[in-house]
Amino acid sequence: MNRMPALRVKDLCKSFAGITAARNINVEAGAGEIIGIIGANGAGKTVFVNMITGYLKPTSGTIEFFGKDITGIEPRDAAHVGVCRSFQVSQVFMSMTVRENLAIALAIARDDGRAMLKAPGRPEIRAEGERLMRQFTIFEHRDAVAGALSQGVRKLLDIAMAVVSNPKVLLLDEPTAGVSVEEKFAIMDIVIVAMKEKGATVLFVEHDMEIVERYVDRVLAFYQGEVICDAPPAEALKDPAVIEYVIGSGRAPTPTAAAGSPSHA
Amino acid sequence: MLDILKTDKTIRWAALAFLALALSGLVIDAWILNNLMFGLARGLAVLGLLVLWRTGLISFGHALYFGIGAYTVALLDTFAGVTDLVLRLGVAVAASAAIGFLLGFILRKYRGIFFAMLSLAFSMVLYGILVKIEALGSTDGFSVSATTIFGWKPETKFPLFCAIVATAVVAIVCVQFYLRTTLGHLTTAIRDNELRVEYLGYSVAKAIHIKYVISAALTGAAGAMLATALGQVDPDSMVNWTISGELVFITIMAGPGNVVAPFIGGIVFEFLRTYAFEWAPQAWQLIVGGALLAIIFFLPRGIWSIFEKLMARIKGSQG
Amino acid sequence: MQLAIAILLDGLSFASYLFIVSVGLTIVFGVMKILNVAHGSFYAWGAYLSAYLITLFSDMGYPNWFGFLLIPVATVVVGLVLSVIIERLVLRRMYHQDEVLIVLATFGLFLISEDLLLLVFGVNPYFAYQPMAALGNVRLGGISRDVYSMTLSALALIVAVACWWGLTRTRWGKLISVVIHDREIGLAMGLNVGMIYLAIFVIGAMLGALGGAYIAPTISVSPGFGIDVIVLSFAVVVIGGMGSIPGALIGAVMVGVLRAMAVHLMPELELFVVFAVMAIVLIVRPEGLFAPAKARTI
Repeated sequence: MNRMPALRVKDLCKSFAGITAARNINVEAGAGEIIGIIGANGAGKTVFVNMITGYLKPTSGTIEFFGKDITGIEPRDAAHVGVCRSFQVSQVFMSMTVRENLAIALAIARDDGRAMLKAPGRPEIRAEGERLMRQFTIFEHRDAVAGALSQGVRKLLDIAMAVVSNPKVLLLDEPTAGVSVEEKFAIMDIVIVAMKEKGATVLFVEHDMEIVERYVDRVLAFYQGEVICDAPPAEALKDPAVIEYVIGSGRAPTPTAAAGSPSHA
Repeated sequence: MLDILKTDKTIRWAALAFLALALSGLVIDAWILNNLMFGLARGLAVLGLLVLWRTGLISFGHALYFGIGAYTVALLDTFAGVTDLVLRLGVAVAASAAIGFLLGFILRKYRGIFFAMLSLAFSMVLYGILVKIEALGSTDGFSVSATTIFGWKPETKFPLFCAIVATAVVAIVCVQFYLRTTLGHLTTAIRDNELRVEYLGYSVAKAIHIKYVISAALTGAAGAMLATALGQVDPDSMVNWTISGELVFITIMAGPGNVVAPFIGGIVFEFLRTYAFEWAPQAWQLIVGGALLAIIFFLPRGIWSIFEKLMARIKGSQG
Repeated sequence: MQLAIAILLDGLSFASYLFIVSVGLTIVFGVMKILNVAHGSFYAWGAYLSAYLITLFSDMGYPNWFGFLLIPVATVVVGLVLSVIIERLVLRRMYHQDEVLIVLATFGLFLISEDLLLLVFGVNPYFAYQPMAALGNVRLGGISRDVYSMTLSALALIVAVACWWGLTRTRWGKLISVVIHDREIGLAMGLNVGMIYLAIFVIGAMLGALGGAYIAPTISVSPGFGIDVIVLSFAVVVIGGMGSIPGALIGAVMVGVLRAMAVHLMPELELFVVFAVMAIVLIVRPEGLFAPAKARTI
C-alpha cells in the first residue's frame, strides 16, 4: 500500500509587503515522524508553523494533510482536521486553573454541535482531563491559576491543550524556550512519548541542538525563508551550510553549545 | 438539558429570595412596589450587559435595545392596541434579538473601545430617528396604556409586579444555564485568550455573536417591562447615550460576580434615585458620578463582592 | 443658490465649532489613549463662565466688544483649573487601566460636573449676545449673516494651524510624538512622561473650554447642553480617526456640512445622518478615515 504522507507542503511561499519570509518550501512528513525545525531567528520557522496551522495565509503553494488540501484554512478548522500547535509564548487561559483550562479545551474538542450546551465539568471530561494532567505531570498543579504557574509548567499545559483533540500532526513552536535546562528534557520526554503512543507526526522548532539530536528522526534547517537542509540529524548537523548559517561556525553540537544557546529570552 | 442546574446554589437561593420578594408585594407601599418593578426591569438590562462584560466587552449603546423593547411596547399599544403583557414582551424580545442578530455580524469583529464606540453609534442612530420623527413620538414619546394579562385587566399593580419578578427568575435561570455550559465558559476563555480559543477549534466571532444576541434580547425585555411599568416612553429617558451610560454604571456597581447581582444593582439604583430626588434634587448626577468613581477605585468587583466577603466570613466563623 | 450658500455657511460655522471642541479630544486620545467624556465638561464650563462674565461686565456698563477679552479669560481659567484637578486626582491613578474603564471614570466626572454647574450657575439660561452684537451682520449672496459666526471659522483655522505647527515644528511637539509612538521609549529617553501627559491634558481641556467660551454668545447657555456636544465630538473624532488632527478637521467638516444639509433639506434626519456616518466609518474603516492603518494584533 502506498502510504500517504501526513503532511505534504509544495512550493510554499509567503511574502509581507515585498519581503520574502518563506520561499519554495517543499517538505513531506510521514505519519509518526518526529521532525526538528532549526534555524536562526528570523529564518522563517514560525512563519512556516503559522502557515501550516492557518494563522497566516500562504502567498502561493499548497499544504496537504493526508492528501487533503488544507491550504489557507482557518486555525479552528485546522484543529478540527487534526493539525494542532503549541506556542512560543504559552497561550493559556491565564485567569483559569489548570483543570479548567483543560476542561474547556477538551469540551471544545469534543464539540459535535450540541456538546457546547453541556457543562465542561461533566464526568467524562473530568476523567480525560485528569489522565492528561497526569500524563503531562501537571496533576499537582491542577487547582493553580495558570497565570501563577512557572514557565515550565505553563508550557506543559500549553502543549497538553494542543493535544486534547488527538491531532495527527502536532506543531510545537519552541517547546523548551524560556524553560530551565533541567526541565527541557523532562518536557520533551513527556511530549514525545505521548505523541508516539498516538502515532502522531510532530514538528517542533528548537534552538537546542542537543534536544534535536536526541529526539528527532529528521531535521529541517531554515535560512532566510528557505529550507537549506532536510536530512537525518546525524547528517544535518554536520552539513557545512547548517553549521555556518544555523548553528554558527565554530560551535559544534556539543552539550556546552546547547546550554549556551540564546534560547532563554 | 437543564440538569446542569440541579445542583446550582445560586438558582436555589435566588428562587427562594424572589418568591419572598413577590409575596412581599402584597404588603409593601405602592412607591416601594414601583421602585422594585423599575429596579428589576433595569436589572434585566444589566444582566444583558453582564453577559458581555464577562468577556471584557462593554457596550456604550445598549440603550438601543432598551429603546427597541420600550418602543415596541409603545408602538404596539398606540397603533395596534396591544395590551397583553406576554405579547408585548414576546414581540419586544423578538425585535431586539433580531436587531441584535443583524448588528452582531458587524459588532462581533470589534473589541474594546471600538466595540463601545460602534455600539454608541448604532444607538444614537435610533435616538436620532426617534427624536426627530413626529410619527414616532418625537421628543415627547408615547404614553403606554395599562397592561392586561391574557385578557384579564388587573386592578392593582401586584400582578404586573409578579410578572416582572417571574421574568427576572426565568432570565436568571437561562443565563445561569448558559454560563454553565461550555459555550458560557468560553466567556472567560475569550477574554483571556482569543487565539487559543480559535486554535482549540471554536469560532470566537460565533461565541461573541451568540452572547450579543442574548444580551440584546435581555435588554429588550428590560425596555418592554420598564415601559409597561412606567406607562410612558420617550427618547431621552430610554434611548439617549446617557441611558447607556447609566446601564453600564449599574453593571459596574453590581459587579460581575453573580447573575443575581444585576437585580440587586437595579433595585439599589432605583432607591438611590428616589432618595436623592427627595433630599438633594439637584445632586442626582453628582451622586451617580461620585459612586461610579468610588466603585472603580475602591470596589472594582461591585457590591456583590461585599456579599461574597460576608459569606466567606460567615462560613469561616462556622468552620 | 441661496439654499446652497446657506448650507455652506451653516455647515462651515458648525464644522468650525465642532473642530475646536473635537481637536482637544483627539489630541488627548492620541497621546494618552483616553477617550475623555469629561471633555464635554470643559466645554460646558467654558461656555458658562464666558457667558457669566460677559453678562456680568455688560451689566456693569462695559461695551459690547469687551466680551472678546473675557472669552480667553474663561478659556484659560477653566482649562487650567479643571484639567489639573481631574488629571491629578483621577486620571493619574488610572493610566495602567483598561481604556474602556477610563471612559467610564470620565463619564462619572462628566456627571459630577453637570450638577456642579447647576450648583454654581443655577438653572436659568444665560444669554451673552453682546460680542455678537458688537460685530453686527453682513449680507452674503442675499442672506443676512452675523459676522461673529464667521469669525468662528477664522478661529478654527488658527487652532488648526497652531496644532499642526506645535506638533510638527517645535521641539516639544517632537517629544510628544516620541511618547505617542512608544511610551516606554519615551521613559527610556528620560522624558518626563507624567509632565507631558499633564501638559497635553491641559491643552486639550483649554481647546474644549475655548469651543464652549466662543460659542456661548451665539446660544442660550442652559443645563444639559454639554450632553449633545460630547457625543457629536465623539462622532467627529471617530470619523476622522481617533488621535488624528487632520482627521478631526475632516470629521468636523463632514459632520458640519451633512448636518447643515439635513437641517435645510430634511430636518428629520439631522441627527440620524451624523451617527449613521459614524457607524459606517467604523464598519468600513474602524481606525477612522485618517489614522494610519495598524497591524491587527490577533
